[in-house]
Amino acid sequence: MVERIEQIEREAAEQIAAASGSAELEELRVTHLGRKAELTGILRGIAELPADQRGPVGKRGNEARQRLEALISERAAELDSAELESRLASDAVDVTLPGAPAPPVGHPHLISRTRRRIEDIMVGLGYRVLEGPEVELDYYNFTALNHPPGHPARMSQDTFYVAPGSLTQAAMSAARAAADGGGEGGAATPDEELVVLRTHTSPMQVRAMEAQEPPIFVVVPGKVYRRDSDATHSPMFNQVEGLAVAEDITLADLQGTLLEMLRGIFGEGREARMRPHFFPFTEPSVEFDVSCFACDGSGSLADGSRCGLCKGVGWIEVGGAGMVDPNVFGFVADGGYDPDRVQGFAFGMGVERIAMLRYGVPDLRRFLDNDVRMLEQFS
Amino acid sequence: MRVPLEWLAEYCDPGWEPERLAERLAMTGTEVERVTRAGTPSADGFVIGHVSSVDAHPDADRLSVCVVDTGGGERTIVCGAPNVAAGQTVPVALPGAVLPDGTKLRKAKLRGVESDGMILSETEIELGEDADGIIVLDGQGAPAPGTPLGEVIPLSQAVLELEVTSNRSDCLAIFGVAREVHAVTGAELAPEPWAEDAPAEGEGALEDLASVTVEVPGLCPRFTARVFTDVSVGPSPLWLRARLIAAGQRPINNVVDITNYVMLLCGQPLHAFDLDEVPGGELTIRAAAAGEKLTTLDGVERELDAGAVLVCDREGPSAIAGIMGGRRSEVSEATTRVLLEVATWNGVNILRTSRRLGLRSEASARFEKQLHPALTMRAQHLASRLLVELAGARLVPGTIDVSAGEPEPRVVSLRVPRVEALIGMEVDGETCAERLESLGFGVKLRKAKGGEIAATVPLERDSDVRREADLIEEVARLGDLDKTLPSTLPSAPTVGGLSREQRLRRRAEDVLRGLGADEIVGWSFADAALGDRLRLPEDDPRRRLVSLGNPLSGEQSAMRATLLGSLLDAARLNLSRGAERVTLYESGRVHLVESGAAAVLGRHPAPVSEPHRLGLLASGAPARSWRGEGAPVDFFAVKGLLEALCAQLGAEVEVEAAPEPFLSPGRSAAIVLAPLDDEGARGDPVAAGWIGEVHPLVARSWDLESAAGFELDSGALIAAAGAGRERYEDVTTFPPVHEDLAVVLPDEVSARELRERVLEAGGELLVSARIFDLYRGDQVGEGRRSLALQLAFRAPDRTLTDEEVAGRREAITAAIGEVGGSLRE
Ligand SMILES: [Zn+2]
Repeated sequence: MVERIEQIEREAAEQIAAASGSAELEELRVTHLGRKAELTGILRGIAELPADQRGPVGKRGNEARQRLEALISERAAELDSAELESRLASDAVDVTLPGAPAPPVGHPHLISRTRRRIEDIMVGLGYRVLEGPEVELDYYNFTALNHPPGHPARMSQDTFYVAPGSLTQAAMSAARAAADGGGEGGAATPDEELVVLRTHTSPMQVRAMEAQEPPIFVVVPGKVYRRDSDATHSPMFNQVEGLAVAEDITLADLQGTLLEMLRGIFGEGREARMRPHFFPFTEPSVEFDVSCFACDGSGSLADGSRCGLCKGVGWIEVGGAGMVDPNVFGFVADGGYDPDRVQGFAFGMGVERIAMLRYGVPDLRRFLDNDVRMLEQFS
Repeated sequence: MRVPLEWLAEYCDPGWEPERLAERLAMTGTEVERVTRAGTPSADGFVIGHVSSVDAHPDADRLSVCVVDTGGGERTIVCGAPNVAAGQTVPVALPGAVLPDGTKLRKAKLRGVESDGMILSETEIELGEDADGIIVLDGQGAPAPGTPLGEVIPLSQAVLELEVTSNRSDCLAIFGVAREVHAVTGAELAPEPWAEDAPAEGEGALEDLASVTVEVPGLCPRFTARVFTDVSVGPSPLWLRARLIAAGQRPINNVVDITNYVMLLCGQPLHAFDLDEVPGGELTIRAAAAGEKLTTLDGVERELDAGAVLVCDREGPSAIAGIMGGRRSEVSEATTRVLLEVATWNGVNILRTSRRLGLRSEASARFEKQLHPALTMRAQHLASRLLVELAGARLVPGTIDVSAGEPEPRVVSLRVPRVEALIGMEVDGETCAERLESLGFGVKLRKAKGGEIAATVPLERDSDVRREADLIEEVARLGDLDKTLPSTLPSAPTVGGLSREQRLRRRAEDVLRGLGADEIVGWSFADAALGDRLRLPEDDPRRRLVSLGNPLSGEQSAMRATLLGSLLDAARLNLSRGAERVTLYESGRVHLVESGAAAVLGRHPAPVSEPHRLGLLASGAPARSWRGEGAPVDFFAVKGLLEALCAQLGAEVEVEAAPEPFLSPGRSAAIVLAPLDDEGARGDPVAAGWIGEVHPLVARSWDLESAAGFELDSGALIAAAGAGRERYEDVTTFPPVHEDLAVVLPDEVSARELRERVLEAGGELLVSARIFDLYRGDQVGEGRRSLALQLAFRAPDRTLTDEEVAGRREAITAAIGEVGGSLRE
């Protein structure tokens, strides 16, 4: 009987090993281990065997059954895996087809990108960011910035005036009140000139000082307007203004601050220089330049040709600055800005100009086209 | 201001290359726009010649064949000028000389006779407009043949084109520039050219010849007049004409040229009247009557307003004070007696009048900067001498001088320690004094308290230098700032940073970009027609725009009250340039006619309200891919973006159907946001913008097939934003029970209402109810639709039992029934 069991085991093991599919394997399982299988029958009839055979047959029969079960599940795993592989192989894709479109990611405008960069640099130097009105009072845009009514410096700004008829009566009376408080010339300002589109971000210098006692460190980004339109002038553009006032702020501090800022914008290794200039609301006044980053300030390129960016000068004009004029402090003296006790600097620059330099944009007007293909060049 | 270097060198000559001088001036506060050349490109090849003989050309009536001695020998030159004659001293261009237009002169045969050079007329070397005859240099001390022409007349000269800042009227004068060059280079400065007056040899008594009455002393602080007899009007000498031309002035005649020359040299404008055209010689300076008319020298009739000041004679206005003379009393060839006016006018009034008239002259550009009254006599002296020397005039003794009194020279004191404190580097008193002295200041240095300087301000700087700060600027700008000033950083006593609003606005912009939108920056300008294009009714408040009194164009005549116009403009541009689709956003302001709405820093309110907004517009075809077409660009596409934006900022957003004239009816809604207070409690929802599909007629007006978008008030969004104010809440570990519910509803019941009812009925246990399917069709019947909701029930402290959930479900079913809905079987 034991020999028969071993024979069954041997034959079944051979058949299992030769099984070529899971269906065939299942048939073999029924044939050799099912209810009607010979081995099952032998094990079921064990009780009827002579007592001395029951032990060896039972032991051998169970061993054979266990071995066949193990062989079947082993073979089943082999067959499953083979079938999976072949199924996968037949399910291959063209990996060169494009991927499913991801949700697109948009692009920032170069102006806000540049503006944020400047804001972040100045925040790092301890400045707060303020914004102010674009439709502004003549008082803040000119008078309180030491442009007396009728002063030639006012006229150079090509100001847009806001039609009084389009404003509320309350706004006009407030504008009139502000003008009348601005000295003798203010009262002579006609209604048509009381409200302007700000020609610079500087009016916020005065509003900020009215609202906060010194020390004050603020930076003011925003749109400004000038009545001038050609290849190099846009009637609307952006500026960033800076103002720092405390007891001991110096022109050297202005230079150091400009240097840090310009390095932040244009890269380490840049130099800053100041050239004396004139602005009504700063004294001394300067214009400031950054050393040219195309030629590293040398004025000529590696091949010896003249640098086109700085026109061979080695320096690029960036903006205007200076020490706050005592007359400006005079307009906010009751807020703690005694011109004999505090001093400070202010600077301003055009955001478009910086973006043009920084990103090589040749024409100011490209910023207002809003062609997304231009934005997409900058990730 | 054009400064010919040859002229400048008469008063200060550092001997520097023009470019080096320009650089030095730029670094000390006088910007040089460019360095140009006047006249011929080079003086080479131009010499003095002596005409030995003149013969008729054998084959041409109009030409002469001249033999000219040009120093190295005689040469034959063919000349076409009628005035050429033997014995003349003439300017000659030799072969190789380059003319102003760039042509290089060569030997040439003229009708068979070889010409070895050219005898020059004024036009050929840009010294005048007389092209008919050659220049004849006869007279006393005529130069020898072969003398370089450049030594006789300024031929090829460098000109500095200065950009003079509005405070430096002193640099609108050659001598003023010379003083500046002296200060910045150290080169010697010549004595002031006006020091010496002319001899007064004219006949008659001044008071018989002329009189002046000033009715408006406030507008005319000083009026001086002199009278000249025996004036012979004619062309000015070449050297003077050359200087005027190089400085940008057209020579006219010697008298007018002298007034221009003196103005350019000393910065004080003058005006010459033909005394015989001033009846009785009586001048009255008075305010113009409104509407009064006068024809100015340029032949234009000007209408004046009451603010203008006129110089009048018995017959009426003769000149617009400080701006331009009148035609009637113009100096002409026939003039023999001249009245020379040199006056001081009120600068603000000159500026105002010149702007009103749209007439700016060299004179008004100087007067508007408020000249010192003492400058008048400088100009009288200088002009008198030149009139005597160059026009044969005789000066009638005396000067009519109507003056409100000459102000004392200004003395300003400078504390040396203040200079150091403001500039931030050491400067000693001697250095300050030296620098001020070089600029023409009278200086007294006192040793007290670290040094103090009493500085007497030069008259020509009177309106510019008034305070200590102005002196500090003078000291600083001569101090080689670019080389000597240290770079230090102030220590800001505050922590810098962005406000919460600024931070969240940036966050919103970043989210919109993350959602695929590209940023635009639109024009702030709009026009009245925008209201029509957006189909706004006549009485719509959004038609009331902040408008400009002096716009550049009709399209830019007002300020925008919505971002939609800018977004539509940008969408059209991009689609017309080939983009298949665009999603654009703008983060910017609109300008509304309502004052005081927004809190603005400062004592005086802003004139209008300028809320910041976030606008988005999508247009174009859905994205295509080999995996199928993307979602359409419609209401729900942009609503999804709006919801994602609000979710990222922690704001709860709802939209309510609401019509907008520029949106498609039925696909138009108001955005509603509930502000969050400091304790985290939500207030009443407020309308914060619009969302919808752009009306097809509006879209068509921008050449778009369709578009959808929204415009949201940033302030309202940020007020509703919980971002940055979140508090930790325990995350429960008990699993939620999910149930799906299909509800059939009448069309009138909105999804929002259904959801609100369900959430209310579900009570605390119902943590979310999300609509995930929509079905219309025969199975639910006409006028009804089926919405499927996924509900999630959860309790923080236990696993929910079937009974608890069943109870809630019953309540929800009942609530649905109340609005005419039922569960779908
Ligand atoms: Zn360069």
